[in-house]
Amino acid sequence: MAPLLTAEDLTYIYSPGTPFEKAAIKDISFSISKGEFIGLIGHTGSGKSTLVQHLNGLLKPSSGRVLLDGEDINASKEASRRARFRVGLVFQYPEYQLFEETVFRDIAFGPKNMGLSENEIKSRVREAAAQVGLDERSLELSPFELSGGQKRRAALAGVFAMRPELLVLDEPMAGLDPVGREEILACIESFRESTGSAILFVTHSMEDAARVSDRLIVLKDGAVLTQGNPREVFSQSAELMKAGLDVPQVTRLFMELASRGIPLSPSVYTVESALEEIIRLKEGGQC
Amino acid sequence: MLKDITLGQFFPGKSAIHRLDPRTKIICVMAFVVSIFVSSSFLGYGISFAFLGVCIKISGISPKTVLKSLKPLIFILIFTGILNMLYTPGRELASFWIFTITAEGIRNAVFMILRIVLLIASTSMLTYTTSPIALTDALERLLSPLKKLKVPVHEFAMMMTIALRFIPTLIEETDKIMSAQKARGADFDSGSLMDRAKALVPILVPLFVSAFRRADELATAMECRLYHGGEGRTRLNTTVMTSLDFRAFVLVGLICLASCLSGRVVSF
Repeated sequence: MAPLLTAEDLTYIYSPGTPFEKAAIKDISFSISKGEFIGLIGHTGSGKSTLVQHLNGLLKPSSGRVLLDGEDINASKEASRRARFRVGLVFQYPEYQLFEETVFRDIAFGPKNMGLSENEIKSRVREAAAQVGLDERSLELSPFELSGGQKRRAALAGVFAMRPELLVLDEPMAGLDPVGREEILACIESFRESTGSAILFVTHSMEDAARVSDRLIVLKDGAVLTQGNPREVFSQSAELMKAGLDVPQVTRLFMELASRGIPLSPSVYTVESALEEIIRLKEGGQC
Repeated sequence: MLKDITLGQFFPGKSAIHRLDPRTKIICVMAFVVSIFVSSSFLGYGISFAFLGVCIKISGISPKTVLKSLKPLIFILIFTGILNMLYTPGRELASFWIFTITAEGIRNAVFMILRIVLLIASTSMLTYTTSPIALTDALERLLSPLKKLKVPVHEFAMMMTIALRFIPTLIEETDKIMSAQKARGADFDSGSLMDRAKALVPILVPLFVSAFRRADELATAMECRLYHGGEGRTRLNTTVMTSLDFRAFVLVGLICLASCLSGRVVSF
């Protein structure tokens, strides 16, 4: 299947031609297929946020291209405007962009900019609100009356309502408690189920990324360190840790056990698969 | 985008001018400005210009930067020049329609332009060589006698410091909010004037909300650290006047005096 979005040798240089010149990302290439769930992992300052702003044309690469269905999104103004609607971008702390008088109107901001009909807007807002678990009553409230978690979900709904084919979320769970994190993950899952859109999920938590992604892209210092499915990526856990990246706790535990001579696979990355691995070992009678 | 705007025109450096106590610099610039308005001879302005030139040379700031600070004023310079030239009574040189150009008018016009140029260049030298925080600190200390008159000097200085501190933060915030709204399809660069004004609402509302939130948080943080105004407060870095400052005072005093009195010695 042809990929939905392809990034080709993306490089972005901040403040070119000044003493502050700095390459935020260097020669990054990857592609995203329809319906895929991708985790983009990297440290603070590894270029994650810069990279995602290229995917809908907010930033223009210093060199390289972003292709959406084979069309360069920076080829013309229209192409880049179309890309804005097909690639939805949720920024870090999205609740700080709420501005309308009611939650309903705030969620409707995106669809309205798309030029949809009044009825279509209404149905999309309702649908997006349902995906993030906001009830009818809160749609009529001012966004500033909502609780922190609700605000974040309302802001997510604002992007969901545009029904992007690729939803990019920049650290959507930053600053939330475990319950809030689970809620946001559930919202993303529910959006994905009802639309079948591809998701690019940016995080610095290997744990979260490993749990939900089909494929991982690991960034380090603005370049791709490794990419592949979680098992492939975490089979290189030792290298990841050497590069200063965190690996899931359970992977670290299994690495330690393996190094002490217990025959466990160190490429385990979720608690469930860890359990299976231990049961396998027990039944093998080697413990 | 917005980040490219250079704010606060402070150029860090280690020159003698940078090392002067900011209070010294403020007083010297004030004395200098007074002297250029008192002075009324070309010799006087020659002295002032020469002195400013030496200062720029010592500070290591490129003369180009100083000239740039004058650029926005070209219109005002021309305007003042023309007005002075036309509306000063005196010995008539030429006249047409309702305008007359007088010898005194031309002299006045040239003086006025020189004064404005000197004024702007000397005050920009102050901001180029002094960090904004050092400036507000110095202002607070210079104005502290006014506290006796119940003027809240410390509070004003604190407000200025906080405002300066938050300029880059709010610019970054604006940038982020703009990107976020653009990602939702907001369009800031097309449409009629009215459309563009309306397009600012999605930026301004979150920006104000965030400014209030930050103000709230900062106030709480300051209270937690027992901030209670200026009373009994000491500073981390107290600037002390050194012999360098006294030499600067004497030098600037002499220069100002020379430029003021030069009109009495020579007649041009």
